Amino acid sequence: MDQRATQPQLTETAEVVRRLRVNRFIDRLFAGATRFFAILVTASVLGILITLINGALPALQKFGLAFFYSAQWNPVTDQYGALVPIVGTLVTSLIAMLIAIPVSFGIALFITELAPTWLKRPVGTAVELLAAIPSIIYGMWGLFVFAPLFADNIQPWVSDHIGQWPLIGFLFQGPPLGIGVFTAGLILAIMVIPFIAAVMRDVFEVVPPVLKESAYGLGATTWEVVRQVVLPYTKIGVVGGIMLGLGRALGETMAVTFVIGNSHQLSSSLFMPGNTISSALANEFTEASGEMYTSALIGLGLVLFIITFLVLAAAKLLLVRLKAQEGKST
Amino acid sequence: MRKALKLGMALSAMVMSAAAGSALAAEVKQINGAGATFPYPVYSKWADAYQKQSGVRLNYQAIGSGGGIKQIVANTVDFGASDAPLTPEELEKDGLMQFPMVMGGVVPVVNLPGIKPGEIRLTSEELADIFMGKIKRWNDPQIAKTNPDVELPDKAIQVVHRSDGSGTTWIFSNYLSKVSPEWKSKIGTGKAVQWPTGVGGKGNPGVASYVQRIKGGIGYVEYAYALQNHMTHVTLRNRDGNFVEPSIETFQAAAAGADWENAPGFYMVLTNQPGEDSWPISGATFILLHKQQKDAATAQAVLTFFDWSYAHGDDMAVKLDYVPMPDSVVKLVQKAWHDQLSGPDGKPVWPAK
Repeated sequence: MDQRATQPQLTETAEVVRRLRVNRFIDRLFAGATRFFAILVTASVLGILITLINGALPALQKFGLAFFYSAQWNPVTDQYGALVPIVGTLVTSLIAMLIAIPVSFGIALFITELAPTWLKRPVGTAVELLAAIPSIIYGMWGLFVFAPLFADNIQPWVSDHIGQWPLIGFLFQGPPLGIGVFTAGLILAIMVIPFIAAVMRDVFEVVPPVLKESAYGLGATTWEVVRQVVLPYTKIGVVGGIMLGLGRALGETMAVTFVIGNSHQLSSSLFMPGNTISSALANEFTEASGEMYTSALIGLGLVLFIITFLVLAAAKLLLVRLKAQEGKST
Repeated sequence: MRKALKLGMALSAMVMSAAAGSALAAEVKQINGAGATFPYPVYSKWADAYQKQSGVRLNYQAIGSGGGIKQIVANTVDFGASDAPLTPEELEKDGLMQFPMVMGGVVPVVNLPGIKPGEIRLTSEELADIFMGKIKRWNDPQIAKTNPDVELPDKAIQVVHRSDGSGTTWIFSNYLSKVSPEWKSKIGTGKAVQWPTGVGGKGNPGVASYVQRIKGGIGYVEYAYALQNHMTHVTLRNRDGNFVEPSIETFQAAAAGADWENAPGFYMVLTNQPGEDSWPISGATFILLHKQQKDAATAQAVLTFFDWSYAHGDDMAVKLDYVPMPDSVVKLVQKAWHDQLSGPDGKPVWPAK
């Protein structure tokens, strides 16, 4: 090796080193920026929590734990308890999930496994379009179209028949108003179906064909393939989709406000009017005068925050347990 | 050429200021208010006519009485509006003054197929019992006794109330508190109360649509909503024992007996007023202003608008089924403007120069 050969090599090394430095700087910048945004989100969540606690403090101090289990909601005497909206939020979301999960599962299954190719795309697009409809449209449809139909044709029959059944009969009694907790749950179900169905369809589609084909090759039926191959492979996505739907159901405001009846009374019947946390907030916040009233409403917001957090935590826990069971048995 | 332009500008400025009634007010091009939904139709009608004449625009947000009070206390608007009057103590606390702008009535409406408007008569006790859930069916013997000539349907009564806080609810619950000791002790008066029964609709339109939806339903709405939606109103027995139907005349009768002169801070509730023809659930809607105005020109622009509305708005109000304030009350209000409102320099802002 002589001098003439090493000279350009040296400059080349210097160039590489310089470029590496620049790259490292950009990398650091990028890492810093992403970290900043991640922290920003966490900080906002914490900030919201602190603001909610701070705002709810007067009510929590005055009513103590009774705030969470008292059914009183009296703006005249300034007595507030969150039981009715809490129950309303949980029950409407439960009804929505009971209806939406099986239906969404069926839709996703049909699109991915059963539908002829020419039908897949139109049905899939229709589901996605449903997800894009603003919630107030569902509320108006519920109030002006569904509620009268339900009150005139379905509700009297249900009250007369199922309402007489032992054990669950009390859930379906009461005057046929068409509006109430059950209607709210049903409207919520219709609203969250597109969300859950779209996510389920997407995750079902990523199952490697070779897995499914192997199962079919072994003589499995469609149901067995779905049960033994598709669902285990996609369970995280499926649970995620359900949680997305549940989150929307818990926090939905306008559609529920239209059809739930907005009444702070605890009733055993699903056909009676009730209230949810978000619809109580939407109804009452603008007109709430007095520190305690406002504070109680912010307290409701805090309760919704806690419920949402618990739901997410439960979902995470479920996933962890599912993961632990993996490969043990089928 | 330039001279002509200047002259033209000066002329148009003069015309504009003459129209607005004051050179100062002409500089203010927009006044902002927020509050009660009940007077919104008449305020926007006035504002429209006023803008055509003076060029001053009114931006009124109908966000509800409670919201209006909050906004004026926070000083984000030039005036607030509320259906429920503030007590003199509340006014004092936030340095506000209030005055009545226009009056109206709250009307119980029902959905009973085959029953014509005004056909069902109710006494105040029956109305209170219905809204407390004590009278549960339309063919209750009590109601039948008051309505011997009406064939009452064998239907459950379904109460519809407001789900949001509202001046309408305030007037209605104030009336029930006056006529029913039990209502007063158990439920009381408020913009939102703990309803013992029924479903809640958001706003007057929400209550109206629920009542129209539910057979056997009874709710309460502002008179204008009942008329516009062709709803079946109820005939009520007033304090003098007469059964009256809601109308401009019966609202006026209720307002006639009101002694505004001896009402400090214009705190006046027009429910259950004496008088042969008085509609028992009437009320005024109020405007709220800060006593200490930051900007005299804006204050004058606001007052000029209300002054104009008192003077020229009566026909428009009646057309929209509101009751204009009598001239004697307007005089009292103008005196209060002069006595209570002051600009940054401490001088009265009314009358505008």
